[in-house]
Amino acid sequence: MAILIDENTRVVVQGITGRIGRFHTEEMIDYGTSVVAGVTPGKGGDQVLDLPVFNTMKDAVAETGASTSIVFVPPPFAADSIMEAADAGIRFCVCITDGIPMQDMMRVKRYMRRYRAHARMTLTGPNCAGTVSPGRSLVGIMPGHIYLPGRVGLIGRSGTLGYEAASQMKALGIGVSTSVGIGGDPVNGSSFRDHLALFEADPDTDAVVMVGEIGGPQEAEGADYVRDHMTKPVIAYIAGLSAPKGRKMGHAGAIVSSIGESAQEKTEILAAAGITVAPNPSCIGETVARVLSEHPRS
Amino acid sequence: MDIHEYQAKEILARFGVPIPRGGLAYNPEQASYRCTEIGGSAWVVKAQVHAGGRGAAGGVKVCHSDRAVQDVANSMFGRRLVTKQSGPGGKLIYRVYVEEATDIARELYFCIVLDRRIERVCIITSAEGGVEIEDLAATRPEALVRTTIEPAAGFLEFQAREIAFALGLEPAQLAEASRIFRGAYRAFRDLDATMLEINPLAVTSNGDIVALDAKMSFDDNALFRHLDISELRDRSQEDARESHAADRGLAYVGLDGDIGCMINGAGLAMATMDMIKLAGGEPANFLDIGGGASPERVLKAFRAVLQDTKVKAMLINIFAGINRCDWVAEGIVAAFKELDVEIPVVVRLAGTHVELGQQILRDSGLPIITAISLADAANKAVAVVGTVGASA
Repeated sequence: MAILIDENTRVVVQGITGRIGRFHTEEMIDYGTSVVAGVTPGKGGDQVLDLPVFNTMKDAVAETGASTSIVFVPPPFAADSIMEAADAGIRFCVCITDGIPMQDMMRVKRYMRRYRAHARMTLTGPNCAGTVSPGRSLVGIMPGHIYLPGRVGLIGRSGTLGYEAASQMKALGIGVSTSVGIGGDPVNGSSFRDHLALFEADPDTDAVVMVGEIGGPQEAEGADYVRDHMTKPVIAYIAGLSAPKGRKMGHAGAIVSSIGESAQEKTEILAAAGITVAPNPSCIGETVARVLSEHPRS
Repeated sequence: MDIHEYQAKEILARFGVPIPRGGLAYNPEQASYRCTEIGGSAWVVKAQVHAGGRGAAGGVKVCHSDRAVQDVANSMFGRRLVTKQSGPGGKLIYRVYVEEATDIARELYFCIVLDRRIERVCIITSAEGGVEIEDLAATRPEALVRTTIEPAAGFLEFQAREIAFALGLEPAQLAEASRIFRGAYRAFRDLDATMLEINPLAVTSNGDIVALDAKMSFDDNALFRHLDISELRDRSQEDARESHAADRGLAYVGLDGDIGCMINGAGLAMATMDMIKLAGGEPANFLDIGGGASPERVLKAFRAVLQDTKVKAMLINIFAGINRCDWVAEGIVAAFKELDVEIPVVVRLAGTHVELGQQILRDSGLPIITAISLADAANKAVAVVGTVGASA
């Protein structure tokens, strides 16, 4: 079953005519993703990679029945594109764009609150690598071949650190049901907690791996959810043990600015919630293997 | 992006927040001339550096004659001010701000920040201003008053009144206080600030309210729509290594260790630094070269890392996703040819075409140490630094 996307997911690419949008559209199609259309305002009627291009998201959704979109629109215009997707009835939106102003994202979050919870679009990112249900669908910029299809859910902020975790797991024969990138920005569409809940409810997922980092409260909120609501085992790693306080480590959101936001503190919070924390980033795979062996499927 | 106190005050004044009369000086003579311009009989000379805690570090001095202002300014210019927040190297003083001394009756605290938990802007105030807010938050958190701004409605009149009452202001001061609070909020909102702090916000013996100090930081991602703010950037206040890298589009943070790092992806970069630390070493920097890792970027990144003379060894960790390890390996070999690389370099490649990439590194004949995992790379880098250290 996987979460968020599967082989039936129909995808619109927002910003398909740009260099990066076009490149990754090709990669996604090669992976087997059902990309059905693109949107670039003013280029409606064009074709890119044999796909129809529409001027608006509403047109694209009306013509193709797409439920999912991926945003490659440049930062000054990306927030607007996300809101356009929400208004067009898109259910799941992946925003790849890095560099969206914080206040623009606050406006997006506020706009999305107009919709009742059951009708509200799920947004991942901005500044994320995307989501993949291995062997079924890939909506993102990740290399598809590093994910083995399987039964472990993966949620992470960082692209390449997520690849590291997935490939360590693959080397040990452990596959992934769905891998969700939530991105490295301080205000993002959805959090660890949101996707932990989806994985808990997914019959095809047996365990979940959280790959977090310094900054913000979302890892700790995820830990609260695991402690109070999860029956499936959760494994985690938090990057940034050596990050100095008050310095932004690449990601806009990776900055320790208040109590509980350092890697040490987050690691303690996760462990206290019953999550198995990998002691170092080189043994995420081994830690997952050990936890799975302690929780045989009934 | 951070700006200086005097720049933040100019911005606040534009949004209707009262500030004391003052003027900037680039040399001691200008500083003493400012006294004449400003008038009065007492002045404060304030070193303009991008670091808090200036007062305790001797960067803020009260003077009672223009001669004293000149002497104090003279002692500040060219010095590096080391404060609690500046880092051990301190920040260069090359301009001072001279301000009329204010007759302070009370010191309040006022700050606007993003609350990431609720993803809304939050105003934090306290009747106990003038002290470090971290200290206050740790010792007397009940002294802080938090006000959340609803993005749909903005900062409302009643919220401003509530803050004024919580700060113990008089009914006669209400209208003025509300105007000041809301002006500061408009500055924060209109200019895409990420932090605005007025500490202290002073109540004078006449009952006037003025911003005695001001600090603002701006959202780097929003600078495309604020060219006037971009112009306030002061490179003299930045780590030279970081300015160099930032100008070349690299995300770099200078640290104090001796193992230079070059990694693709912020999370993997942090994880690699963690691994170095766990292996007993210290990273010299954080450096994310981005997803692409093209030969040009690899070369730029080499230059950025090697600029730091503390670096005794380098660790390159690339997870090739969309690009390929053989391509990255060629970039590394090309960088060796272009630059004088005299230190040991440990390279760990992973992902697409990893065997081919390692083959290229081996065949190059260059003194490159290859590693097969994150742990292996960190151990080798730490071991090689140990050897370098012993032979030096």
